[in-house]
Amino acid sequence: MINTIPCRKMFTDTLVELAKKDKEIVAVTTDARGSVTLDRFADELPEQFVELGIAEQNAVGVAAGLVSAGKKAFVCGPACFYVARSLEQVKVDVAYSANPVKILGVSGGVSYGALGFSHHSLHDIAVLRTFPGMHVVLPCDIYQTKKLVEALVDYPYPVYIRVGRNAVPNVYENENPEYKIGKANVLSDGDDLTIIGTGETVYHCLQAGKKLSGQGIKVRVIDMHTLKPFDTEIVEKAARETGKIITVEEHSIYGGLGGAVAEIVAQTGNAKLKILGIPDEFSIHASPLEIFKHYGIDTEGIIKAALSLLNQ
Amino acid sequence: MSVSNEDIIRNLRLSAEEIRKRVVEIIYSAKGGHIGGSLSSVEIETALYFYVMNIDPSKPGNAERDRFILSKGHSVETLYATLAARGFIEQSLLDTYGQFNSKLAGHPTRKTPGVELNSGALGHGLSVGVGLAIGAKMSDKAFRTFVLMGDGEQGEGSIYEAAMSASHYKLGNLVAVIDRNTLQISGKTETVMALEPMRERWEAFGWEVFDVKGNDMEDIVRTFDSFDYASEKPKLIISHTTKGNGISFMENGAKWHHGVPNEQQYKTAIEEIDERIEKMKAGC
Repeated sequence: MINTIPCRKMFTDTLVELAKKDKEIVAVTTDARGSVTLDRFADELPEQFVELGIAEQNAVGVAAGLVSAGKKAFVCGPACFYVARSLEQVKVDVAYSANPVKILGVSGGVSYGALGFSHHSLHDIAVLRTFPGMHVVLPCDIYQTKKLVEALVDYPYPVYIRVGRNAVPNVYENENPEYKIGKANVLSDGDDLTIIGTGETVYHCLQAGKKLSGQGIKVRVIDMHTLKPFDTEIVEKAARETGKIITVEEHSIYGGLGGAVAEIVAQTGNAKLKILGIPDEFSIHASPLEIFKHYGIDTEGIIKAALSLLNQ
Repeated sequence: MSVSNEDIIRNLRLSAEEIRKRVVEIIYSAKGGHIGGSLSSVEIETALYFYVMNIDPSKPGNAERDRFILSKGHSVETLYATLAARGFIEQSLLDTYGQFNSKLAGHPTRKTPGVELNSGALGHGLSVGVGLAIGAKMSDKAFRTFVLMGDGEQGEGSIYEAAMSASHYKLGNLVAVIDRNTLQISGKTETVMALEPMRERWEAFGWEVFDVKGNDMEDIVRTFDSFDYASEKPKLIISHTTKGNGISFMENGAKWHHGVPNEQQYKTAIEEIDERIEKMKAGC
């Protein structure tokens, strides 16, 4: 289904509506109200909006202080800066200090496309998975994003949320999809092969699954919207029942979704695994879809990898 | 019965010396810690916890409480000794400092009642203080936030991001203190990386700056008494202190940043403190 609303816009529009009713909700940003689509929040709720200029370290620390003062703080800006420049603040002020700040990283992965590697964030999942107490989520479409925001407001843990820049096709047909942080969704069932995606790759996984099923291959497609806490049970089940798993992520092949699945599969030893993602190189600069195609994390690339794995 | 200013100062000085003694004791016992900067900041923390701040040890989570953030987290021994003296934690817990899996870590954590932020990485506390101060204003709460930083810590760039935002948001309810003992781990601050002119730099960031003799209780109390927390300017105290203050052979020695006294040094240190405590008590 064609969708023209980016997930970041759905996130902030939902947040505005919730913040009108809940005055403890505060949005913090770093000269990124345009990038994040926080203009509406700033205009309609100026008393609940904190602009800090281009200073991500300060923004994360301030958000921790706001939470410590009883506020529900969402600190919002480009993913590439929040999980690099201000990483120590995320580690110490947010995770270690158990301040349940919500960090919205927009235009994550290769969303910034041609702007190049400085603006790509392909390490965020790997890094944040290693911080105890930190939760990590990547919604795949606007309906799931809306459900996520509603779940986040009173969620008692710090959470990093990564969304992309551009509008993406809907994965869920239902406007009110099942959503529970930490519990992955099975989008289609099958026992020949499992394809697991997260964030924007989920749509491609689903499309690949549909095309493969047209060839008589029964594919289980899983939307791993939460990278931490990780739904190990669903992976163990998929390994046991399908024996072959492909993971697809807009992230380094090191330490992300594929890494998390490998940690499970390697210890249970009952599935072959192929990890699709960005290899250990500085990502090319092109449009996001061109980058997806280049690294084989689009629908065609997933089908190719699936057929190869099935033929092994 | 009214308590005169003189009595207040005398009691605060006594509390400070008792806290100083506990700092030396737990560092000697643990065979580790950051003694120099802990000793220089004893008076300011004593004044905050026993005179300035609106706090209740029986309600450490009270939403209206004043907040203290130890941004120079390595001076944790003074914080722990002060929290014990003020009744937030048991004195016996202090004796576990440095032991296997003690509740008291080598840098502050919120597992300890009364600690507001896990610190240890430098240059973080002021930003969190700014967030607390903005939060208080947003919610029309009267609580005030106090952040203690080291002078060596002033090398961290994030502090100046926080400094800008504090004056931008007119945070008169925020007080930062720099423990200006002029020494950091490698030597004199002005040799490692010059911090002067400190007053002018902070004034340029829009702060109201106060020079205080930071080991002189009377000067500290007088300064806090003069504060208008409803003003529109955040306040910075440059607390001129002596690293290793109160132990003659430790004073002004960079090697005592994290030096541990041997048995003889420990005895001498305790004797010096005890002597002052006796005199103060006799003076009462």
